[in-house]
Amino acid sequence: MKFVDEYRDSALIGRIATEIARLSEGRPLKFMEVCGGHTHTIYKHGIEDILPPNIDMVHGPGCPVCVLPMGRIDDAIAIARTDGVIFTTFGDMMRVPGSKGSLLDAKADGADVRFVYSPLDALKLANRYPGREVVFFAIGFETTAPSTAVTLLRAQAEGIKNFSVFCNHVTIIPAIKAILDSPDLRLDGFVGPGHVSMVIGMRPYTFIARNHARPVVIAGFEPLDIVQSVYMLVKQISEDRAEVENQYARVVRPEGNIKALQAMARTMELRPFFEWRGMGFITYSALKLSPEFAAWDAELRFEVPGIRVADPKACQCGEVLKGVIKPWECKVFGTACTPETPIGTCMVSSEGACAAYYNYGRFSKAAGRVNLPVVSPGTMAQKEVG
Amino acid sequence: MDAKTENLNGYIPAILEKIERVRQARRHKFYLRDEHITLSHGSGGKATHNLIEGVFGPAFSNPLLDTMDDAATFAVGNGTGRLAFTTDSYVVSPLFFPGGDIGSLAVHGTINDLAMAGAQPLYLSVGFILEEGFPIADLRRIVTSMAAAAREAGISIVTGDTKVVQRGKADGLFINTAGVGVVHTAATLGQNQLKPGDQILLNGPIGDHGTAIMLAREALDIESDIQSDTAPLHTLVSSLLDAVGDGVHCLKDPTRGGVATSLNEMAIASEVAIVLDEPAIPVRPEVRGTCEILGLDPLTIANEGKLLAIVAPEAAEMALSIMRTHPLGREGAIIGTVLAEPAAMVFLHTDIGGKRVLDMLVGDPLPRIC
Repeated sequence: MKFVDEYRDSALIGRIATEIARLSEGRPLKFMEVCGGHTHTIYKHGIEDILPPNIDMVHGPGCPVCVLPMGRIDDAIAIARTDGVIFTTFGDMMRVPGSKGSLLDAKADGADVRFVYSPLDALKLANRYPGREVVFFAIGFETTAPSTAVTLLRAQAEGIKNFSVFCNHVTIIPAIKAILDSPDLRLDGFVGPGHVSMVIGMRPYTFIARNHARPVVIAGFEPLDIVQSVYMLVKQISEDRAEVENQYARVVRPEGNIKALQAMARTMELRPFFEWRGMGFITYSALKLSPEFAAWDAELRFEVPGIRVADPKACQCGEVLKGVIKPWECKVFGTACTPETPIGTCMVSSEGACAAYYNYGRFSKAAGRVNLPVVSPGTMAQKEVG
Repeated sequence: MDAKTENLNGYIPAILEKIERVRQARRHKFYLRDEHITLSHGSGGKATHNLIEGVFGPAFSNPLLDTMDDAATFAVGNGTGRLAFTTDSYVVSPLFFPGGDIGSLAVHGTINDLAMAGAQPLYLSVGFILEEGFPIADLRRIVTSMAAAAREAGISIVTGDTKVVQRGKADGLFINTAGVGVVHTAATLGQNQLKPGDQILLNGPIGDHGTAIMLAREALDIESDIQSDTAPLHTLVSSLLDAVGDGVHCLKDPTRGGVATSLNEMAIASEVAIVLDEPAIPVRPEVRGTCEILGLDPLTIANEGKLLAIVAPEAAEMALSIMRTHPLGREGAIIGTVLAEPAAMVFLHTDIGGKRVLDMLVGDPLPRIC
């Protein structure tokens, strides 16, 4: 398939991996992939098997579902249970546990919770059901914030009053800063988030290179993108450079997407602080609706408990999100906490490091030891038919 | 020693062992913690298993049911012949979709459950649950389609039932079909019959049905000509059994939960490992593209005209060539193999040469697919 197969060329990926091994000379290097999409790709395609053993990929906080604290889920459920509300959300959020169950449980219990692929679909619902209050559960980094912003602008332009947004958008830079400032971890570089950078551009990352002397390579989401980005990081280190480079040039422009940023600037403003799951409160790390859009702000229109709920004691999502521990080092990983019965958010979203590791990588080391035979390719049908 | 090596040597075996213990414990004791039925319980994945093992299994337990195969098979008469018996309900939304409708699906689905037991289907029953206000014209269309599907498959619908519920108490109509068939004399099938060395055959590209249904729903503005693969598989099955007989160890139609879930069920029941070769698994480009866009895995998407045949290594080439001469198996392929260890696991060699675990479907990406 065009635009996909080119980026999954196993021979090319193998050659780059060999180059990485040569350049890094066996020196142990720890790189954080900030974005959950990258974590997903790494596990789904088994990239850890391909990288040389001295390269350690550490999973970062870039999974919007994972970083949302329990209290906000409780608030969402309270809104969803309000009479007359159609509560719309991305599918990922349905199973995330709050302190008293998930949105899926609320739905089974009678709340009208529907999943949508885009906030514009939620706006369509508001048009179709003028007698109901349609609320959109907005989550995500700068990747999804522009689509929420555009939806708000359209709601305003079309005068749709029975629509509102429960805004939980967060921004990636303060989280990276918090990780760099944390004494727990020593990282050698960052695989930068591709889709966020498509919106914010390359400039916001310069402090990482300048102040912290760590290289950043903004990466795409295909296996070849990630392996090439690791190569670019290793190359910078071997040449004693720390710069912000762009591997995802087919999508990311240095200046970002000005129109998207303008839409966000008009509809949203920074919250003075926001709680991140497991990471505590981070200043200026999240967005709320601007005063101009107060009429569409679900937090102002509905009563929410707004109570801070402590994470379950056993859950170590915070350490996982900061990359301090690997998912399987968590006390409850794979035992009490599984994708069917998640305790922490990292086990819910397909972008969560724990879910990715559980679903795809759980036994990869064991599998490596049994040395799985490759099925004889002679009898295989072609990959794509039709 | 750096952290990674230390983990490899010390930590990982310990954690894997811990997970394995929990998994073993859970394999024989399903915990149904939910207080309500959620849509996940209908997904065909893990939650469905928990429900069956937690509620239905213990209540109805008997040797025929406990195999948890697609159909029950039992001896009749003087013990020379065996019958297969199965039932299935259909709640697909929308009722009409590219490539089929709820009527043809209700016939094919039950035929296929019988076929997976190695049976030649004979008779079907049909039960309709109709909602007040449902258009008779639509009902006619569905019934006509059922009759055509039955005729094409060479079977008869011989008994039935109709119930009507008030408006709002059912979504248009639901259909239940049950079927009986005669088991092929050479069939020795069961999902606990997999042996190390067996080859895994698949009769064509996966994910068509689920993707067609997904796109038929209005929520997604993706245009494509993907059609459901709904089809009766009994003639393909009988030609396989005629040719290689007890060389076929297991047959399964990967419906809800897709190929991933079906293979996991077999790996668990037979206490074996299954290894797939991702590049060998046929997927149509349209289906692959849709899955890429929506973040879904074709391996967990439902099929209604596909089967997985687990075949002894010496019979595999023969079975594949027989499969490829059948109209429903032209794009058939060997997609993987069975290993002894690690038991009850399914692995995948990925497209780029890595490895990963392939688990059952968790949660439901798309309710009411069949």
